[in-house]
Amino acid sequence: MNQLHTPLQQRGIKLQVLETKAIEVTDLTVAYQDKPVLWDIDLDVPPGVLLSIVGPNGAGKTTLIKAILGLVRPAAGNVLIYDKPYEVQRGIVGYVPQRGTVDWDFPTNVLDVVMMGRYGALGWIRRPGRQERELAMQALEKVGLETYTTRQISQLSGGQQQRVFLARALVQDATVYLMDEPFQGVDATTERAIITLLQELRANGKTVIVVHHDLQTVEDYFDWVMLLNIRRIASGPVADTFTSDNLRQTYGGRVAFVKK
Amino acid sequence: MLQGHFEIQLIAIVTAVACALPGVYLVLRRMTLMSDAISHAILPGIVLAFFLTHSLSSPLLILAAAGTGVLTVVFVELLQRTKLIKEDAAIGLTFPALFSIGVILISRFAGNVHLDIDAVLLGELAYAPLNRLKVAGYDLGPVSLYVMGVMLVLNLVFILLFYKELKLATFDASLAATLGFAPVLIHYGLMTLVSMTTVGAFDAVGSILVVALIAGPPATAYLMTDRLSRMLILSAVIGSVNAVSGYWVAYLFDVSIAGAIATMTLLIFGLVFLVVPNRGVIAIARRHARQKWEFAQTMLVIHLLNHEGLPEAEAESEITHLYEHLRWDPTFATQVVRYALNNQCVLQQETQLILTEQGRSIAQQALVQ
Repeated sequence: MNQLHTPLQQRGIKLQVLETKAIEVTDLTVAYQDKPVLWDIDLDVPPGVLLSIVGPNGAGKTTLIKAILGLVRPAAGNVLIYDKPYEVQRGIVGYVPQRGTVDWDFPTNVLDVVMMGRYGALGWIRRPGRQERELAMQALEKVGLETYTTRQISQLSGGQQQRVFLARALVQDATVYLMDEPFQGVDATTERAIITLLQELRANGKTVIVVHHDLQTVEDYFDWVMLLNIRRIASGPVADTFTSDNLRQTYGGRVAFVKK
Repeated sequence: MLQGHFEIQLIAIVTAVACALPGVYLVLRRMTLMSDAISHAILPGIVLAFFLTHSLSSPLLILAAAGTGVLTVVFVELLQRTKLIKEDAAIGLTFPALFSIGVILISRFAGNVHLDIDAVLLGELAYAPLNRLKVAGYDLGPVSLYVMGVMLVLNLVFILLFYKELKLATFDASLAATLGFAPVLIHYGLMTLVSMTTVGAFDAVGSILVVALIAGPPATAYLMTDRLSRMLILSAVIGSVNAVSGYWVAYLFDVSIAGAIATMTLLIFGLVFLVVPNRGVIAIARRHARQKWEFAQTMLVIHLLNHEGLPEAEAESEITHLYEHLRWDPTFATQVVRYALNNQCVLQQETQLILTEQGRSIAQQALVQ
């Protein structure tokens, strides 16, 4: 009888709820021909964290994101999102690709691009309607671009293009977000606005994973970090993981960054 | 004769629109050269199907050609994926190889048959109405009108059904893939239609004109609009205009219809390129000219503002001093002063320039930015 009153953990029973991982990468190896880009990566991301992936150029950051999204086929290993494979979980994953991956001269406007975020929920053939338009407008308000709806996308600045991509991911209303360098080429004000949004997402229980370049801001912006250089050097809460020792291992001797 | 005029123009219009619609996506995907490649590379497919059916009007020809067309795309992409060869070189290697296989097959095995290379390359729209669809003795019209009509409907249905999917896969293939829209499938669906359209059009108008019809109207429409839906409609309209005007040019000057349509395609593109608002060459030149004067005017008002109310103001705002201080050529300085006076940014009091309220606010705005 007594036993019933002792906390579950002390009885050696782990709560399944606490165990759930937003993303679980196991033994992931990605190679182009015989050249490994990622070696045997393990990564557990608990729900509700804002995680940055940092590492030098060519460390495989973008490839890791793409492998999680099923965009590149791994040579080995597995990826689970909330315990299920990506194909089943598409609907709860939002993706922000690098800004440079699309043609900004494409004949379309801001609102239209943001509505593309709803296409997944619409499925094949069905066209976006008023509801999609309203959701897109709300997302544009969140990123401060509500007056740019009919603007042709080539007439946007780099920071505005980045915010359009962010709005497109927001309308997906995902649970897990993967963002590839959302701060690339944006000014300080936009960077602030974007990080505030990401922190808001985390506060709402979303998991946000960001490929990041600026080591100086890791501690300010993120609560989790993964240090990557073809293999995983370390991952975990920033306080324990973002250490000079780990950084040296990630960047070799070339780290020109002094920790506070 | 009147019926001949009408039928040829109708075939030309239907063919032009059928080509222009998928052409829009090729232009946006930077793949117009692929249509050139396909239009040549499908020859061996046509020849092999001809050997099987001994008929030039069999639908099997279109299917075989479409198959070869898709094969061309696959070959080009395989070569490209090796990363040893860039796309243009891969296209340049693939289609002459396939095309020459077709040429060899014709010259070796089909010397006596009506399947000559000239007709394949150049086509002759004028003869298109001669090949008629007859059912139980009734004349139902030219065969090529039906072939291209079917292709037009197929293209239209494909684009209307998968408008959203085509747009997403063209704009952002990786997002399309993550959302589960199979951009590779869409890509090959599109390329199959392009191949079928090309071979259908090819019989009527020849392969050179096919490329002009696929690339010309969408490239022209691209200059005129910022919206994909309008680009599709404009491409169809421009394709039709090219076809009809080309037909009448050919009639008046007694020249090849295909050649005249291709020439009109270029002329109309050139015209739009020059005169289209905002993006045209003329509009850009005018904007540059205006910007030059506006910029000079801004320099002038900033100069005046900087010295306003200071002891040296009198000397600095002397018109003749502008030449020395700003290092402006006297004629240019006079013109800028006149421009600024016209825009009421400055006032002239004897030989002095004085900022107006408007001039001051322009200067302040420019400095804030």
